[in-house]
Amino acid sequence: MSEVPAGYGKPLPAPSGLAGEFYRWCAQGELRIQRCTGCGRHRHVPREMCAHCGASESTWSRVSGSGKVFSWTEVVRPLHPAFADDAPYAPVIVELDEGVRLLTRVIDCAPAALEVDMPVELALTQVTDGVWLPFFRRAGD
Amino acid sequence: MLRDKACIVGIGETPFCRKPGSGLSEMGIQLKAAMAAIEDAGLKPADIDGIMPFPNVGKAEAFAAELGCTNLRFAATLHMGGAAPVASLRAAAMAVATGVAEHVLVPGGWNGYSGARVRETAANDVDSIPGGAIARDFYLPFGLTAPPQWYALMARRHMHEFGTTEEQLGAVAIAMRRHAQLNPAAVMHGKPLDMAQYLAAPMISSPYRLFDCSLETDGAAAFIVTSAERARDLRQRPVFIMGTAASQPYPADEICGRPDFHRIGLTSAAPEAFRMAGVTPQDADFAQIYDCFTFELIQQLEEAGFCARGEGGAFVENGGIELGGRLPVNTHGGLLSQAHVLGISHVVEAVRQLRGEADARQVPAAEIGVVTGWGDFGDGSIAILRR
Repeated sequence: MSEVPAGYGKPLPAPSGLAGEFYRWCAQGELRIQRCTGCGRHRHVPREMCAHCGASESTWSRVSGSGKVFSWTEVVRPLHPAFADDAPYAPVIVELDEGVRLLTRVIDCAPAALEVDMPVELALTQVTDGVWLPFFRRAGD
Repeated sequence: MLRDKACIVGIGETPFCRKPGSGLSEMGIQLKAAMAAIEDAGLKPADIDGIMPFPNVGKAEAFAAELGCTNLRFAATLHMGGAAPVASLRAAAMAVATGVAEHVLVPGGWNGYSGARVRETAANDVDSIPGGAIARDFYLPFGLTAPPQWYALMARRHMHEFGTTEEQLGAVAIAMRRHAQLNPAAVMHGKPLDMAQYLAAPMISSPYRLFDCSLETDGAAAFIVTSAERARDLRQRPVFIMGTAASQPYPADEICGRPDFHRIGLTSAAPEAFRMAGVTPQDADFAQIYDCFTFELIQQLEEAGFCARGEGGAFVENGGIELGGRLPVNTHGGLLSQAHVLGISHVVEAVRQLRGEADARQVPAAEIGVVTGWGDFGDGSIAILRR
């Protein structure tokens, strides 16, 4: 696990609601994705009900953390001051083995090395006292 | 069924500029365009009884107070970003066809250059950013903060699946710039662009380079919709709304998890609009396609049915979307090379073409034109117009 950087100045998720539940699992070192109690489908981002079967009950299901790159963009000209020192950096869509996709970043991988379908694995990273973000890294690195 | 029940009878625009800025307030510049449209229609401001402002740049009550519209019967703002003007065209047509209102004004404009820059402000207000709390909780912490970044994710996946190339994105930028050379009102008039310059420009958010991104400009535009019966009595030759529709991708508030990653609002809206109009995409003499970024124009050509999904890159090559090509697109130069007027100027230019008033960029004998809007995370709107 990486050290907590001092004065972390980037946007953080709100600690409330379903997103708060998602990130509290991250802070416990686990990537858990909402899974419908009615039909068993995983879903992300978290929602109040299942758009497939209408069930409102769900559980937080621990997932493998294994997936592949679905798409990405290399941000060379940052458009938010908090990310000015990160450039170039790459927001990445990762598709998990469970089928859901999430927006993340692949750490320890230069944007120029990114490729669609590149295998990646979870690299939960602590960014503040209470917040861990589900970053990824190249599988096998 | 709205076919031919409503018409566009007035259009207006201000000059477009970057430095030194318009020198007007955002309400002031929009009122100039609104007054020009009212005058063009041969109406008086008090005749306006419906107003549909663009999101976040002015309220209908303020427009009505300024213009002296003492009987504002219909007022609404559609929260679809750049898809709002054409979706408002549809709503205005519904209003006048049902008698809810008689003359609906659709204004829009901003100081996009001299005022706050949207590229830097998009992430600051969670209530105005598409996706709202979803973007705050699941995009912003990872550095996905602004429109070119959202849409670049779509473009990159399209390039992977269909082989769309950077040069094909460049062909869109160059086509828009060529049209701007025929339009003295365009901000990029007198500034031609070739492929070498396009490819040498700085990367913003790959695959988007500088010239893949729309302009930031000061300017405003407006149009007026009335019923087909009323249109007969007004000053201008009316432009008829043959078919129109608007829809959203699914889910509209989140990009990454879409079951069909390439499906946008236009995917379902366009067939509905063409059915209503009783024509096909191949019947269009020209199209005004919302071009916030180059790939979005390609994607809309595909999803609107001008070509199959995956074939948009080839469609725009070799002058395919330039005047004289198979489908002239954005004859005014678009958001990429005329000015970013929130999509209203796409409607204005379509009306000019159908009136035969497009001067050096006139599409010969233009009878049917298509105009689209794109907004937020892929909301879409479309209208098929005829003279």
